[in-house]
Amino acid sequence: MLNRTAENVARATPEPLARKVRGISDKGLAWLFISPTILLLLAINIFPLFWAIYLSFTNFRANRPNEVVKNLGFANYQRILADKDIWIAMQTTAHFVFWTILLQTLIGFTLAWLIDRKFRGHAFWTTLILVPMMLSPAVVGNFWRFLYEPQIGLFAYAISFVTGIPPTNIQMLSNVSLAPWSIIIVDTWMWTPYVMLICLAGLRSIPEYIYEAAEVDRASNWRQFWSITLPMALPFIMLAVLFRGIENFKMFDMVNLLTGGGPGSTTEVASITLKRQAFESWRTGYSSAFAIILFVAVFGLANIYVKALNKVKQR
Amino acid sequence: MSLTTAHSVVAPSANSKRIAGAIIIAYALISIVPLLWIFATSFKTPPDSIAYPPKLLFQPSLEGYCNLFTTRTRQTPEYINSLGPATDFCDETTRKRNMVIAGPSNFLPRFVNSLIIAFGSTFCAVFLGTLSAYGFSRFKVPLADDLLFFILSTRMMPPIAVAIPIYLMYRELGLSDTALGMILLYTAVNVSLAVWLLKGFIDEIPREYEEAAMIDGYTRLQAFWRTVLPQATTGIAATAIFCLIFAWNEYAFAALLTSGTAQTAPPFIPTIIGEGGQDWPAVAAGTTIFLVPILVFTILLRKQLLRGITFGAVRK
Repeated sequence: MLNRTAENVARATPEPLARKVRGISDKGLAWLFISPTILLLLAINIFPLFWAIYLSFTNFRANRPNEVVKNLGFANYQRILADKDIWIAMQTTAHFVFWTILLQTLIGFTLAWLIDRKFRGHAFWTTLILVPMMLSPAVVGNFWRFLYEPQIGLFAYAISFVTGIPPTNIQMLSNVSLAPWSIIIVDTWMWTPYVMLICLAGLRSIPEYIYEAAEVDRASNWRQFWSITLPMALPFIMLAVLFRGIENFKMFDMVNLLTGGGPGSTTEVASITLKRQAFESWRTGYSSAFAIILFVAVFGLANIYVKALNKVKQR
Repeated sequence: MSLTTAHSVVAPSANSKRIAGAIIIAYALISIVPLLWIFATSFKTPPDSIAYPPKLLFQPSLEGYCNLFTTRTRQTPEYINSLGPATDFCDETTRKRNMVIAGPSNFLPRFVNSLIIAFGSTFCAVFLGTLSAYGFSRFKVPLADDLLFFILSTRMMPPIAVAIPIYLMYRELGLSDTALGMILLYTAVNVSLAVWLLKGFIDEIPREYEEAAMIDGYTRLQAFWRTVLPQATTGIAATAIFCLIFAWNEYAFAALLTSGTAQTAPPFIPTIIGEGGQDWPAVAAGTTIFLVPILVFTILLRKQLLRGITFGAVRK
């Protein structure tokens, strides 16, 4: 009834007025809907980014805002690329990213492959496995300090129970060679479910008829795995690696609470260096330059990777 | 069982299913141990929590929760005896340790901050995200792909890198250590996720519904309001929960940009200390209270998880 009236009114209204009555044009509406988001991102993300780019060419220090700001040109960038500590931090980051991704991909894919067998109750156990990745890395990472305590901690106790090494010798957080592994273990514990979930989607996307055809051709299970399962799940595995790679390259919260970069600087990943330079030494200009380098590195690597991913997808 | 569901040639054998099940169950149980340990520790007394070997069986106590919500000072036994009878359980437990309750701790205000900032930013991000997603989904926006990529790319920056200029900007604008500043920041971070996820959800709603509504005389805006939104509720709810979880869990910005009045729970919980170091039962109690909402949400979300964690790239 109401609709009919509206329709009649609309039909009887002359064109220019009709546009007014029917509201703004689609194009206007599109911009009205999209612009608030773009404006917010410009204000909170892009403007600060440009500010950081500007600061990266200066000797500005946030704790001395009244000092005269000098333009240094590319001096900050040159100093960073020549700074041995920065390169050590980059190596620490690379070590962390490499091992977490390798372990998470191997374990995650294996778990997904097993869950894909659809045993009884698999849905319940899958949900249980997913829980760690939803939790706050900071709050949970903080609690791992307790689990890692050499005597009273559950982790050290369990390891000594299994291996027979006295628990006082398992200094996960203060031993120089164990500390990098302490953060890799927590990250792997938290994020393996993430890789697993994406791999599972990949395995479920493989149509059954391909396996049936392989079965008809008497392809062995081994052969089926290498010629069907793995190649067809590969784009998904690569996607998981991309997301984890970006996240772990930026890793801050868990490491900051677990080791704070220590002992010494053995677990000082790039974000921790950045925090120390920016908020402890207050070298704002210098740390801005480092931040820009990091951002360009993530962005560049991610772009190259996405190109490779698209190639694999097209195959 | 099945004459009707004839076995497919490729179905895994009963044996391989059993082995797979056993491995998965073992993994799930081991991976859940740290969480069970947090839960158990929150009900231990401080001496029990640092016992060697770690205690599996213990007399449960609420002391950790008492310590989480209060601050305490040490007093002489004479002074404590001169006080009247203990008023409640926490008072009694505290006195047994030769201490008296000095006042409430900062945990509750920090927890409330977390609630305000998480819900506030989620509302804003989902509101803006829904509008943008509809815009990108239904209209020909010039450079749409570039804009969408721009929206996503803001998420690639390391939080610390963004934090430096944001810190300076907020100091100028008087937004440092304010809930409003944190809501704005988390909205900006979450809106990229919201746009990408919601665009996927709205893309799945057939255009015909709106077109039919518009032929019936609705304006585009009314059609959006009356046909698209009701159909997108599941997607909007899932997106909201993802944004909520992010804002709830976020630590880096919170630790660097808030220190007092607007501090959220994640940077606060690690600072809970007792006498002679970290008060682990209290930390565990705070952690438990902090994690429970997320557990509930994870169970609610399990069907949409995949989509959420991949920015809508994998939809199943």
